[in-house]
Amino acid sequence: MAKTVTDVICPFCGTLCDDLEIQVSDDGTRILEVYNACAIGAEKFLHSQSKDRVTRPRMQQEDGSYKEVSYDEAIEYTARMLVNAKKPLMYGWSSTSCEAQSIGHEIAEAVGGIVDNTATVCHGSSLIAIQDVGIPSCTLGEIKNRADVVVFWGCNPSHAHPRHLSRYSIFPRGFFTGKGHKGRKMIVVDPRNTDTMKMADVGLQLEQGRDYELLSALRVAFRDEELPDVVAGIRKEKIYEAAEIMKNARFGVIFFGMGVTQSLGKNHNIDIAIMVTKDLNEFTKFSIIAMRGHYNVTGSGAVLGWQFGYPFATDLSRGFARYNPGETTANDLLRRDECDAVFVLGSDPGAHFPISSVKKIARLPSVAVDPHITPTTEISKLHVPVAFVGVEVGGCCYRMDNVPIESRKVVDPPEGMMTDTEFLTRVRDRVAELKAQAPVGAPSAAEPQEA
Amino acid sequence: MADAIRLNLITGRTIQQGVAMEGGKEKPAYTEACGIIEMDPVDLKRLGAYRNTNVRVTSEFGSVVVKAVEATQGPHPGLAYIPMGPWANAVVNPNTYGMGMPTFKGTPIQVSLATNEHVLSSVQLVQKLVKE
Repeated sequence: MAKTVTDVICPFCGTLCDDLEIQVSDDGTRILEVYNACAIGAEKFLHSQSKDRVTRPRMQQEDGSYKEVSYDEAIEYTARMLVNAKKPLMYGWSSTSCEAQSIGHEIAEAVGGIVDNTATVCHGSSLIAIQDVGIPSCTLGEIKNRADVVVFWGCNPSHAHPRHLSRYSIFPRGFFTGKGHKGRKMIVVDPRNTDTMKMADVGLQLEQGRDYELLSALRVAFRDEELPDVVAGIRKEKIYEAAEIMKNARFGVIFFGMGVTQSLGKNHNIDIAIMVTKDLNEFTKFSIIAMRGHYNVTGSGAVLGWQFGYPFATDLSRGFARYNPGETTANDLLRRDECDAVFVLGSDPGAHFPISSVKKIARLPSVAVDPHITPTTEISKLHVPVAFVGVEVGGCCYRMDNVPIESRKVVDPPEGMMTDTEFLTRVRDRVAELKAQAPVGAPSAAEPQEA
Repeated sequence: MADAIRLNLITGRTIQQGVAMEGGKEKPAYTEACGIIEMDPVDLKRLGAYRNTNVRVTSEFGSVVVKAVEATQGPHPGLAYIPMGPWANAVVNPNTYGMGMPTFKGTPIQVSLATNEHVLSSVQLVQKLVKE
C-alpha cells in the first residue's frame, strides 16, 4: 500500500499551487504518482526520481570532460573562487528557498559580490516600474473571490502558469463570484493568437512591441476622448469596447508577463500599465499583478529587500549595498567584463541568457549549483548537484502575489546529497575561515567596519 | 529555392518547453521542444519550406539552425516564435539599453532553408557557441 502526501507545494512557477497529492512508496524513498499538478509540475517531481541523475559534484577537466569530486573539494573550490575574486557575480536564487537565499547573501556580503536574481531577465522591468510609480495590487485569493474582469497582457498562462486560470483567475467559484467563468469577462492582449487568447471574450492581437501605444489608447478611451482609427494594429471600436468592459468591472485585475517586460519600452510599458490601473480606480476597483515565473523569484526579491533594501541587482562589492539596473545587472556586468567569477544557484543562465553573456561565463571561474544537468553546468568549471527544494527538502517560498508559503519535503534526496542550505552554509563558514587567514592589510571591500 | 525571408522574432515559454526542461535539458525532448521556430503558414510558403524542415535563423547577433514548424497559436504573419532556450538566445538582441533586461522580444531575423544542416542539442550548441 503506497502512502499519499497531501497539500504539497509545487516548486515550478509563481502560481505555487498548494494542493498537490503525491503517492510515495511505503519506505518513503520513491515518488510513484503525482496528482493535481500541471504537466510541468508533475514532470518536475517525476524527473527528480530519474536513474541517471548526477549525485556528486563534477569538476571540468582540461579536455572539457567532467570528473567526479567530493562535496568537500567542491566547497573548497567555491569558497576560494569567491574569496579570490574582486567582484564575483552571484546569480540565480529563484529556484531555491528563502533560507538558502539568505545564507547566499551572507556569503556575497563577506566576499564583496553582486547578487542578482532571475528577475533581471524576467520582471526586472516591473520592479523598476514599481519603484517609479508604485503598484495597486492584491492577492490571488481576492481575485478568486471578487474579480469579474480579468486582463492578461503579454502573458500566456495556458502555457506558462497552467493552473492559474483554474485555481485563481477565470474558472473558480469564489465568495462573490459564484458563477465561476460565466460571471467573468476575460480580455487578452498579445501579438499572437495564443491558447489563452482563444478563450477570451475580447482578444486584442496587437502589433508586437506596441504595448505602450495601446495602453495609452486605453487611457484615452477611459476619458471618452477621440482615438485614431487604428492603434497598434487594433481598430478603435475594439479598444473602446475593451475600455468599457474594464470601466464597468466590479473588481478587475491586470496580469502582465514577459510580452511587456521584454519588449522595447520595458519598464515604461509597466509604468503605463500601472497608470492604466490607477485610472481605472477612478471608476471601480482594479489591481495589477506580475505573472512571476520561477516559484521563488518573488521570495528572492523579498529576502534581498529586507536584507539590503533592493529587489535584485544588488552590488555589495564596496562594502555597502548599491543598486543600479543597467550597471549592476547580470547581463551588463558580463557583457562589459565587470565581474571576475560567476556563482550560479537555482537558475540556468546558460540556456536563458543571450549567448554573448554565456560566452563570458564560460571564460571565467564558475560554479553552478543545480540539481539538473543544464547548459550552465556544462560550461561551468564546477557543477554541484543538490537536492530539489520542494521535493526533497522544504523551505519558504513566495507566491507571485507576495504570499509566503512553506514548501514541503516529499521524499529523501539520494544518499549523501547535500541541500542548497547545507552547501551554502559550509561555503559561508569556509569563506569566513579563509578571510580570517588573509594577511593583515589585504585589500578587502567587505571587511566589517567595526573590526 | 526561395531567398531568405525577414521576420520579427519573439521568444517565450511553451508548455512543451516547460515539460522538456524539467525532464532534462540534455535530453532529445528538449531539443524537439525548443530547437524549433514557429512560423505562420504564409511565411513558410514565402520561404518555400515544407513543415518540419530545418532552417537557418540569422540576426545581427548570431545564427542558429532550428526546425521550422507551423505555428499553433496563430495566425501571426511576419512574426516568428522560438521557445525560450539556447536556440533563441543564439540570435536574440542582448542589448539592455541601460536597464538590465536584454531585448528578448522583437529581434529582426532572416530565415533561410538549411535542409542539410542539423539541429544541435542544447549542450552541444552552447558548448560550440561559447568557443566561437
